[in-house]
Amino acid sequence: MMKISHFLNLEWKQFFRSSHWQKSVALNILLILLALYFMASFLVMGVALYPILKEQFPDQNPLIIVNGVLFYWWLAELMIRFFFQKLPVMSVKPLLTLPVKRSKVVNYVLGKSTLSFINFLPLFAVIPFGVMLIINDYPLVSVLVWILAMIIMTLIMNFLNFIIESFSSDSELAFLPIIVLVGGLFALNYFDIVSLSKFTGNAITAVYNQPIYLIVLILILVGVYLFNFKILKQKLYLDSSLKSKVAEVNVADLGWTKRFGDLAPFMQLDLKLIWRNKRSKSSAFLMIIGLLYGLAFYPNPTYQEMPWIFGFVGIFVTGIFMISFGQFIPAWDSAYYKLLMSQNIKYEQYLKSKFTLMAMSVIILFVLSIPYVYFGWKILLAHFAAALYNIGINTHVVLFGGAFNRKKIDLSQRAAFNYQGTGAVQWLIGIPLMLLPLAIFGGVYAISNFETGCAVLAILGIIGILFHQKLMRFITEKYLESKYKMISAFGQDS
Amino acid sequence: MIQTSNLSKTYNKKTVLKIEELDIPKGQSFGLVGNNGAGKTTYFSLLLDLINPSTGFIKNNEIQVNLSEDWKPFTSAFIDESFLIGYLTPEEYFYFIGELRGRNKADVDALLAQFEDFFHGEILGQKKYLRDLSKGNQKKAGIVAALIGDPEVIILDEPFANLDPTTQIRLKNIIKELAEKRGVTVLISSHDLLHVTDVCERIVVLEKGEIVKDLVTSDATLKELEAHFSGTESA
Repeated sequence: MMKISHFLNLEWKQFFRSSHWQKSVALNILLILLALYFMASFLVMGVALYPILKEQFPDQNPLIIVNGVLFYWWLAELMIRFFFQKLPVMSVKPLLTLPVKRSKVVNYVLGKSTLSFINFLPLFAVIPFGVMLIINDYPLVSVLVWILAMIIMTLIMNFLNFIIESFSSDSELAFLPIIVLVGGLFALNYFDIVSLSKFTGNAITAVYNQPIYLIVLILILVGVYLFNFKILKQKLYLDSSLKSKVAEVNVADLGWTKRFGDLAPFMQLDLKLIWRNKRSKSSAFLMIIGLLYGLAFYPNPTYQEMPWIFGFVGIFVTGIFMISFGQFIPAWDSAYYKLLMSQNIKYEQYLKSKFTLMAMSVIILFVLSIPYVYFGWKILLAHFAAALYNIGINTHVVLFGGAFNRKKIDLSQRAAFNYQGTGAVQWLIGIPLMLLPLAIFGGVYAISNFETGCAVLAILGIIGILFHQKLMRFITEKYLESKYKMISAFGQDS
Repeated sequence: MIQTSNLSKTYNKKTVLKIEELDIPKGQSFGLVGNNGAGKTTYFSLLLDLINPSTGFIKNNEIQVNLSEDWKPFTSAFIDESFLIGYLTPEEYFYFIGELRGRNKADVDALLAQFEDFFHGEILGQKKYLRDLSKGNQKKAGIVAALIGDPEVIILDEPFANLDPTTQIRLKNIIKELAEKRGVTVLISSHDLLHVTDVCERIVVLEKGEIVKDLVTSDATLKELEAHFSGTESA
């Protein structure tokens, strides 16, 4: 009989025996530091919230205020979860023919998901806030009930997120459902069509006053759990993951790539790669979000006063594709890396085609971002400088980083529980790419002025472009050095 | 054509391959047999510079494979599914390989036309991605892709596994013709003694990474191999 301990044992081995773990200790340390940072922030918030609210709104009850804004917190939580939390992946195929009940596998996977860090984080704010309430003579039992209600809501969000993910994973625009849902709820509330924030606030206050209402929350929790259970159990059959829709393929010609000469076959391959695989496709759709990202800053007059932010936004807007696609070079090709390594190609050509693709994306995104000039010519200038920096420096950095890439990407995504596969780690790698230019730009801006800041970014970019050949040769060498390691790591399954 | 000298591969102090000397002349059809773990795939991977030798070297047409990439233009291989690009259709895959080997679409089409029989109408014009084909059909596509661009050395690891009987027989004819009529050096490995003795002029038996037999194929070869692997051979 298969026991939970067997599952745990398998997971343990999968984790520590993968070559990824052994090579990314530094990354793991960074993740731990980040986790500690969030824990500390939440702790401080939990402790400080009560006195601050008391001081700002002396005639109101802090608990009622907190309950009133919970709606926004949950919306934000759903968004964050959607992008950062994935259902734990488990290779179930080998288990299907063994004497293990399917329901047990599903229960295990769902149970494991509750142990995610993101579920514990709110506790760091909720519990100290509760303690502050008790110290300030709120009734002990009611506060405990309130804390319990928060925990149950966190779990509801946890399972709700997987339901949303499972529905959006099949669609072309994976981000759309969550954005429509969260945006819609927010709009309903904001325009006072349905006052959801008041409703949730009153509901939680009701639970606080009448513990019996906890039952409602528990029923919701059981409901979302069972719904998840149903979805996952259906997915646990081989044919549901194997019979992937064999849609008619429309063969694109892509003749225009011919003008890139030697690089043409690779460019065609990369374009097909992006378009025909779910995972890479979603990184292409990120472009749209990245382009619109400027709208979060520019219309706001506060940011007009702080032009040093323009450089950062420029790097992001023009570089979003470069970052989201580039950081997985050469892992995109991991499934057939042996072929590329034994075929009649030179590494330099292969890398050059990736470079061209990224540089082109930067140029296209810059052109598309020109309308931002509506918010001021400075923005256009900053975007131009940022685009040069992206082409000259960041593309090379991304390619260089790829030489240390040891994690295989499963393009076909047939693992039963694997939805999108983009996790927190992906965003971490983007930090040096964006923070470094921000620091340079902000620094120069602080000691000089805006125009000089732009000039410095642009000059750095031009230097990078001038040394392109040299840099590429250096990067190619790095790839050649780690060739055997990459081949063996990409051959591994996890 | 292929010279192996003092070659060995060691993982964590365990030697998985040790070949003092092995010369494969041009145009030979060469078969490698051995039980699991005998080192067949390791040898092919070393030949393709996919892993690094612990000692010694392999020269392919006088080019030492782990020092120069110049052997790539005249060498091709199909080792396993990781040589396929799953999100391409078979045609796109053939054209892609063709471009890498300096062949245009017409060249590739002409070559593919010769293999209509072999494909049995299940590969071309299916409007399916390679990843959606069955294992056997994937293998057919991979093997034919390895023939694009008139390579002088072709390496096929377990080409007969997963193929249906009809295709196995057709594949045998293809391999024989390559070696006999076109002077291509063909290296294959197999667990199927009958197929190997049918196809190969020379058969080398590997055991725990070392060469234990080097036979020129004759009528007696199959019997000898069977005796060897069943352990009834008189020592």
